[in-house]
Amino acid sequence: MRFRAKIVDVACLSHFSRIVNTVAKLAKTCILRLTVCKLYFILSDKVANGGASLWCELSQGNFFDEFQMEGVAAEHNEIYLEFVPENLSRALKTAQSAKAVKIKLTNKHCPCLRVAVELPSLPSSSRIVTHDIPVGVIPRRMWNDFREPSVPDFDVSIYLPVLKTMKSVVERMKNLSNFIVIEANLSGEMNLKIETDLVSVTTHFKDLGNPPWASEDRCQSSAQGKDLESMAEACIDIKKLQQLLAGQQVNPTKALCNIARKRIVHFILLHEEVSLQYFIPAIA
Amino acid sequence: MPFSAQLPASGERYALSASLDNARHLSSLLRAVHFQDYATCLATASGLRVTVEDAKCIQANAFIQAEIFQEFSVQEESVMFRISLSVLLDCLTIFGSSSLPGTSTALRMCYRGYGYPLMLFLEEGGVVTVCKINTQEPEELLDFDFCSTKVVNKIILQSEGLREAFAELDMTSEVLQITMSPDKPYFRLSTFGNAGSAHLDYPRDSDLMEAFHCNQTQTNRYKISLLKPSTKALALSCKVSIRTDAQGFLSLQYMIRNEDGQICFVEYYCCPDEDITEAEL
Repeated sequence: MRFRAKIVDVACLSHFSRIVNTVAKLAKTCILRLTVCKLYFILSDKVANGGASLWCELSQGNFFDEFQMEGVAAEHNEIYLEFVPENLSRALKTAQSAKAVKIKLTNKHCPCLRVAVELPSLPSSSRIVTHDIPVGVIPRRMWNDFREPSVPDFDVSIYLPVLKTMKSVVERMKNLSNFIVIEANLSGEMNLKIETDLVSVTTHFKDLGNPPWASEDRCQSSAQGKDLESMAEACIDIKKLQQLLAGQQVNPTKALCNIARKRIVHFILLHEEVSLQYFIPAIA
Repeated sequence: MPFSAQLPASGERYALSASLDNARHLSSLLRAVHFQDYATCLATASGLRVTVEDAKCIQANAFIQAEIFQEFSVQEESVMFRISLSVLLDCLTIFGSSSLPGTSTALRMCYRGYGYPLMLFLEEGGVVTVCKINTQEPEELLDFDFCSTKVVNKIILQSEGLREAFAELDMTSEVLQITMSPDKPYFRLSTFGNAGSAHLDYPRDSDLMEAFHCNQTQTNRYKISLLKPSTKALALSCKVSIRTDAQGFLSLQYMIRNEDGQICFVEYYCCPDEDITEAEL
């Protein structure tokens, strides 16, 4: 098992850092899966996470100038590592003006991801700051636990509103309630609602648009030309939604969600080189 | 238009109904008195008064007069209810609290009367939020009985002169001592903290002093923890009037100019600290 990678481009580095920051906001611990072409950040829906799952996928070629990986075996040319993304996030913070960042899997006393940040110093010399991030190697037999979650049979698929507005609203609602109801229909309308003994607040978004596949067979309610106005709703933990929105530092190219009535809300956020899927189960 | 879909039919009469193009005109003033969770709202034809009290010895009032609103109508002589100010502020600032130029949240407020919730309709950029906040029975409010005829000492200062002083008050001191006198030191703020005592003097001929009417030397102490929240009102204001009466009750009145240049007032009343009230320096 070997892994060695290097980022030299400042824009790639900053983009990569942003992705790691986003993941750090969503998961205390997660899986880093390395393949020849891609990197994945995975959080699977164990009870400890409150049932939420994360699947974040990026093509290594878009970020790394050098990328060499040898998996556990020839037929299974992949590496699965468990780690704390906040540690990687902090290491990358020191790399804001770096000349290069090298990441290497090492096993001196215990398995670690060694992040070596080469910082500009006096002309013709460099400083190197090294961070050793402890990782756990996930054995081959457990890899099935971390497969890509299947997209649920959803009732409604809709584009998200401007994230900045959605973020402000959800942040305020979080002060008022622990749970939020998210509902949407095939006419581009979405409502966010909270209700407690003391107060109820509903925010109405219109003209959001529904993705084209909303009318394919996948989407149950449209197949028989059902009511386009009918809302599909799910009540979810507001903190999970707030963490997802808070982690978005840059506006995604596409942001949408699929709602399976009373079961799960599936968020998809696409940036140019990275896709992030976040699944929040509905509260019974 | 979403608003009209939610608004009551024209036949319905609301005890209080008001519209405001920029909800910040209300929220920023309410923040200046937000040192307790609950507040009492009183609406009359003149406008809205929101009162917050603590420890039975401090009271803050925010006044938003009817002219600030684009529409303000009160059906009975007055309408009064108690409401969670924290929740009200979260609702008024639902679209965020930063004031980006050119964007503002429009507000419509409706209250049917005793026992009904306060309804808020907020709109920004085509997005509409509807809030329903439960109200409570209003509690009796303190009456400081502070009228201009009983005022012993009064000064009016430009707020910028006091802002730094209040922001840097030594919070290890239990009290803030205020001395007002026709003679030196004229106006002095003192604290007695762990590191020692600090005195800040403002001479009567200072540029910051807009009016100086002190008839009698008075030194009064007030619990600093009760007065500290007034810093928020001071930060928003352009002028402040400081008055005391014969018993040492303190009135701080802040003149606040909103984004559109309209004037609103916030006042704080505070009882002197029971243990010490001296009539000498």
